[in-house]
Amino acid sequence: MARARLWTSATILLAVVLAVLVVPPLTDLDQQLVAFSDKLRPPTPSHPFGTDDAGRDVLLRCVYGLRVSLLVGVVAALVATVVGSTVGALAGALGGWPDRLLMRLVDAFASVPHLLLGIFVVAMFRPGLWPVIASVGLTHWLSTARLVRAEVLSLRERPYVEAAISGGSTRWRIAVRHLVPAVLPRAGLAAVLMVPHAIWHESALSFLGLGMPGHQASLGTMIHAGRGSLLAGDWWPTLFPGLFIIVPTLAIAGLAGVWRERISPRRRSELML
Amino acid sequence: MLELAHLTAGYPGRPPVLRDACLTIAPGEAVGLQGPSGCGKSTLARVAALLHRPDHGTVTVDGHRVHGWRHRAPRSLRTRIGVVFQQPRQSADPRLTLADVIAEPLRANGRRAEVPDRLPELSRSVGLTDELLTRRPHEVSDGQLQRACLARALALEPRWLVCDEMTSMLDASTTAALVGAVESYRTRTGAGLLAVSHDDELLTRWCDRTVTLAAGAAGSAGAAGSAKDLDTWTS
Repeated sequence: MARARLWTSATILLAVVLAVLVVPPLTDLDQQLVAFSDKLRPPTPSHPFGTDDAGRDVLLRCVYGLRVSLLVGVVAALVATVVGSTVGALAGALGGWPDRLLMRLVDAFASVPHLLLGIFVVAMFRPGLWPVIASVGLTHWLSTARLVRAEVLSLRERPYVEAAISGGSTRWRIAVRHLVPAVLPRAGLAAVLMVPHAIWHESALSFLGLGMPGHQASLGTMIHAGRGSLLAGDWWPTLFPGLFIIVPTLAIAGLAGVWRERISPRRRSELML
Repeated sequence: MLELAHLTAGYPGRPPVLRDACLTIAPGEAVGLQGPSGCGKSTLARVAALLHRPDHGTVTVDGHRVHGWRHRAPRSLRTRIGVVFQQPRQSADPRLTLADVIAEPLRANGRRAEVPDRLPELSRSVGLTDELLTRRPHEVSDGQLQRACLARALALEPRWLVCDEMTSMLDASTTAALVGAVESYRTRTGAGLLAVSHDDELLTRWCDRTVTLAAGAAGSAGAAGSAKDLDTWTS
């Protein structure tokens, strides 16, 4: 079962990543090519996913849109993980008032709905890729910070950390040698789980018209644009971008699930024997 | 001298486990500390190793009054005291090989250059073969791991050793080997020892004197020199 999930997820993800990396540079198809004579054609062999209301090929725009989504997802997840791990590790390792201060900061951020906070961040800049990445990254580090802090708190009371203190190790040495390697698998898992979340967030911002500029293909802007024709019964301009959001995020979540099982405590205790 | 005077210590949100405890260990002396579970033996050992800040009381190591605990204790002071804990599994970082575990204090104190010489010497003194040194903690037995933990505690040649239930997870022959390793180190260097255990017989054979800590409340490990009668503490 786990093996089937691993292979399905890995295959889908590999196909998607290959499509996203290989199609744009290798083909000279123009995703912006407007052909009003061909607008809103249902799926045909020449346009497998049909065309949108400006006659652009939906499949090609989906691939370009996913390219943007994956880029935002991966970079934003990295930003969120680095910020979250740093804050969490500092809070956990220092303890006392720095811990209380940092955690109240986390609570303050968490008390604002993060879509609202994300909208606030993108609203300060012109629409584009980097404001979206900043918006997603700066609103999603909270759970990682809590997770890393909890892990560091439990680790710093372990006898091996106490033995290291007694052996004259500095705080820095203990952090680098004992704490960070122990927290890394979990922080990495959190980062991978963050990628789908970030993709959804980017799509939501673009759907609201706050993410990518309208002409640039993004899954969110495509669904936003396809909404109008949906009422007329033209389902393909919204369905296919929707699937392009759902299927890769499920594949990433599937891989993360397999990883989580590998580092779960039950598995770890088996290794100890 | 390792002097613990009028210590009151505990953990946040609970009544103190240790109240007004005093204990003095002379250089070269071996003191055993026993008492029922939960009476604060390990807490006393952690305070003595400068790993736990007491609520009241003072700790003096070789004439230096201790003002900071854990990282706040000066490195020169905390490395004077070697510690061995009860559970070897928890006391060794699962990611390091035994060689790295043993050599860690040397590396942490900028004495990396000594590692090639000291490592074989240390592992031989606790009875570990070279082949075991390349393994990680989950690949060796509890006894072998505890030997490595003892070697780590001896790496900086501490003037004081705190062994908190060092042998309670181990079989008789490993216990004998570890106690033997501690004793030969003490004979060579004249280090003082605080051995915590609930094994009466072991402490009687191992230590110069044994003090008893009573459960909970008004326990006071006997003042320097004499172990007081257990009955007076269990009221």
